Amino acid sequence: MTTSTHQTTPVLAIPTPVARAATAAGAALTLGSTFLAWTWTSEFPGDLTVTGYPGGLQVLTLIGAALTLLLTLSGYGIKGLRWLTPGGSNSPVRLAALGALGTMGFTVGAISVELGGVVNLEPGAWIGLVGAIITVAASLGLPHDQNITDTTEPTALERFLNSLRAPTPGRPKELPSWAEILIIVAAFGIGLFVATYGIDTAYPELFVGYLIITGFAVTALFKAGLMARLSALTTKYRSIAVAAAFVAAAVFPFTQNTDQYTLIAVNILIFATVALGLNIVVGLAGLLDLGYVAFLGVGAYTAALVSGTTASAFGVQFPFWASVLTGAAVSLVFGVVIGAPTLRLRGDYLAIVTLGFGEIFRIAVGNLDGVSGPRVTNGPNGVPNIPDLNFFGYNFGESHTILGFELGAYANYYLLMLLAMILVVLVFSRAGSSRIGRAWVAIREDETAATAMGINGFRVKLIAFALGATLAGIAGTVQAHVQSTVVPEMYVFAGPVPPNSAFLLAAVILGGMGTISGPLIGAALLYMIPAKLQFLSDYQLLGFGLALILLMRFRPEGLIANRRAKLEYHETDQLDVPDETLAGTTSGTTKAGA
Amino acid sequence: MNTMTTTTPETATTVLDASGVTMRFGGLTAVRNVDLSVKAGEIVGLIGPNGAGKTTFFNCLTGLYVPTEGKVSYKGTVLPPKPHLVTQAGIARTFQNIRLFANMTVLENVLVGRHTRTKEGLWSALLRGPGFKKAEAASHARAMELLEFIGLQDKADHLARNLPYGDQRKLEIARALASDPGLLLLDEPTAGMNPQETRVTEELIFAIRDMGIAVLVIEHDMRFIFNLCDRVACLVQGEKLVEGTPSVVQADERVVAAYLGTPFEGAPGADEVAEVEAAEAHSTTRTEGETQ
Ligand SMILES: Nc1ncnc2c1ncn2[C@@H]1O[C@H](COP(=O)(O)OP(=O)(O)OP(=O)(O)O)[C@@H](O)[C@H]1O
Ligand SMILES: [Mg+2]
Repeated sequence: MTTSTHQTTPVLAIPTPVARAATAAGAALTLGSTFLAWTWTSEFPGDLTVTGYPGGLQVLTLIGAALTLLLTLSGYGIKGLRWLTPGGSNSPVRLAALGALGTMGFTVGAISVELGGVVNLEPGAWIGLVGAIITVAASLGLPHDQNITDTTEPTALERFLNSLRAPTPGRPKELPSWAEILIIVAAFGIGLFVATYGIDTAYPELFVGYLIITGFAVTALFKAGLMARLSALTTKYRSIAVAAAFVAAAVFPFTQNTDQYTLIAVNILIFATVALGLNIVVGLAGLLDLGYVAFLGVGAYTAALVSGTTASAFGVQFPFWASVLTGAAVSLVFGVVIGAPTLRLRGDYLAIVTLGFGEIFRIAVGNLDGVSGPRVTNGPNGVPNIPDLNFFGYNFGESHTILGFELGAYANYYLLMLLAMILVVLVFSRAGSSRIGRAWVAIREDETAATAMGINGFRVKLIAFALGATLAGIAGTVQAHVQSTVVPEMYVFAGPVPPNSAFLLAAVILGGMGTISGPLIGAALLYMIPAKLQFLSDYQLLGFGLALILLMRFRPEGLIANRRAKLEYHETDQLDVPDETLAGTTSGTTKAGA
Repeated sequence: MNTMTTTTPETATTVLDASGVTMRFGGLTAVRNVDLSVKAGEIVGLIGPNGAGKTTFFNCLTGLYVPTEGKVSYKGTVLPPKPHLVTQAGIARTFQNIRLFANMTVLENVLVGRHTRTKEGLWSALLRGPGFKKAEAASHARAMELLEFIGLQDKADHLARNLPYGDQRKLEIARALASDPGLLLLDEPTAGMNPQETRVTEELIFAIRDMGIAVLVIEHDMRFIFNLCDRVACLVQGEKLVEGTPSVVQADERVVAAYLGTPFEGAPGADEVAEVEAAEAHSTTRTEGETQ
């Protein structure tokens, strides 16, 4: 429905009806092609040789094409489909078309490269590719969804980027509340399906295709205004939405037949939980902690040493609840010991001290081996043979059948880790929206003004820092049992395997500082990309760096923007904004109070 | 100079009493041996040319700077030079260069101002007992009340950085008032405002005074100051030159001279020179090059 928006010259000068029809036709063509054979040999993973039903990357292309088609039909104003695009329909069509072309093009490229030449493509692939190109080209002939009031003549790139912008949707029609709740449940069901699909991707090509199509499709749904509708609903039924999210997460292990992908999921949960804890420190209180993983290590080592393993220097076996409390307490003590002297200072001291602490921790546990120092941690060999948990006879190391589903060992730990994550989410959201949370943000915004408003900066920062350390410590106690071995090299500043301090920070920044879902998504991406694309290993950090640079350039607030950051970086529809007025004041702290 | 005792009524209690406040930055003495007191119900103005040390004096009062010498007491108790303790005691301030929490909402800014008057710590936030909910509700109510007082209740959800300039200055005042102060320090509250906004601010300050809050205000707008204040002190090059009723200060040719830029050396009377020398004699071991 473009009636309420201004029509601006599209990127390509095609009459709108023609463009719309061609978009639909192209999408239909691509869609049809996914039922044909794309290559002649099943050497290419996913078996794209079958005519009759799609497989592997064809499914992803099919989803892209189908979404494009649906959005285009919604653009025609077809009844029953209009709810898809409450914002604008043309920019989502363009994005979905780009997504379809992306997966299609990637598949064609991958087949040609891996099998050695375009001769390996069957006609079906060519049909799909041509269809996808037609779709994108025609969609560029559709009018803009949002009129850009810019007097200067835009360049081609600007025109293209503008064509992807869409207005925020108006207020939705009231639905009965059971319907709204059903929508939330359905949305989280879809979310679970998408996440599970990603974790279960069996070969790198499929994962790349998955990233391409989900990236474009999610953006398209954002532009269509569907996500805004959904987030309005989740705000309205907050507790239901939170419950639905956790139920969806808890269902995951029941969808798995083997432990292979559950292990990935457990590790994602550990990484994400720790990233969320770090988000309290970095995102809320604005304290740059470069050695956060050490607190995870403190918790893990503590749990390992009291777990009753023969490798422990202490011959004790604590019940799990006691070892969680011990791990949390020891991490808390370390947090206070590191924080107390440094948090009195302003500026970058904390970053340097925490960086140092992270390294000292790793080296120290590497040296407490009975040779260089007292024998506590077995040095580089770490603490192996950490026994599996046992709750009232429920052994976490064994498979159990629940509700007719076989739950493997990692599924048990997955559910336990999910509980730990719920705890951290609860702490984050409750602390964040309270007096202490406001004090953290105030300190982050302007420490001088905050202290002048009566906030004891040191105290409040120490609470944030110690709380972050404690939460990481709790995650560490679970991690020790999941891994059954802890070694110093798990807790480095930067390394190929998350969680490490650099990746934790990256997950927070990539996902969105100060939000709950941001670090979770950031952590999931940062864990899955290296795990799924192992062939990239040499270029992984390079790509990671590039991705961060691009992100900072185009989306400085991270993938998920919190309300503040959204207003902060993209204040398009605010009137009379004095942009400069506060710009200089927050940074100039040298002249206190001036 | 004994102006303090001669120009103000003795009846009211003293809210602020700063005596012998001196602030040196290396060789530069930004504030030199300044005495100033504010009594309950008073609006006191602090004027002086640029660089006179007015803001530095404020920073000494509020604990952002630790004064090299001198002490500051509030309602009879000596204040420690820690900003949060000063605010806790009952002195709130605004800043010359607006220092709002730019990326917090208008309401949140005021809520932060309530920090010292609420107790809920981390545990209470995590456990969310009835006490927590009651305290949050009370803070919200008080903050909205203050926003209504300054007329920003409709913009409670806006980001502070997106407010027009004049509203930002007002919001700073509301945020300061949220700590239920007994004394409010305003550093150039009308800087950058048009005459009409200045008028509104003037009314606002009168209303604050009527709430029983003493006000100490720095301003360059003389008409504003002389309209508003019961008493005005003039700082020049870190020293208090005169203090008295607006009419006395207005008529003082040394003030006029200081603003017009007549060299300071010629201006002060003999008593001040003596006072300065006396202060210097027993306060410093080395004679700093008095450059300015
Ligand atoms: N932190 C500091 N370090 C060194 N010098 C300082 C510092 N703060 C203030 N000064 C100096 O102290 C003197 C007084 O400055 P102050 O800001 O108090 O003046 P002011 O009376 O507020 O002037 P204005 O009317 O321009 O605001 C100036 O010379 C200034 O440069
Ligand atoms: Mg000043």
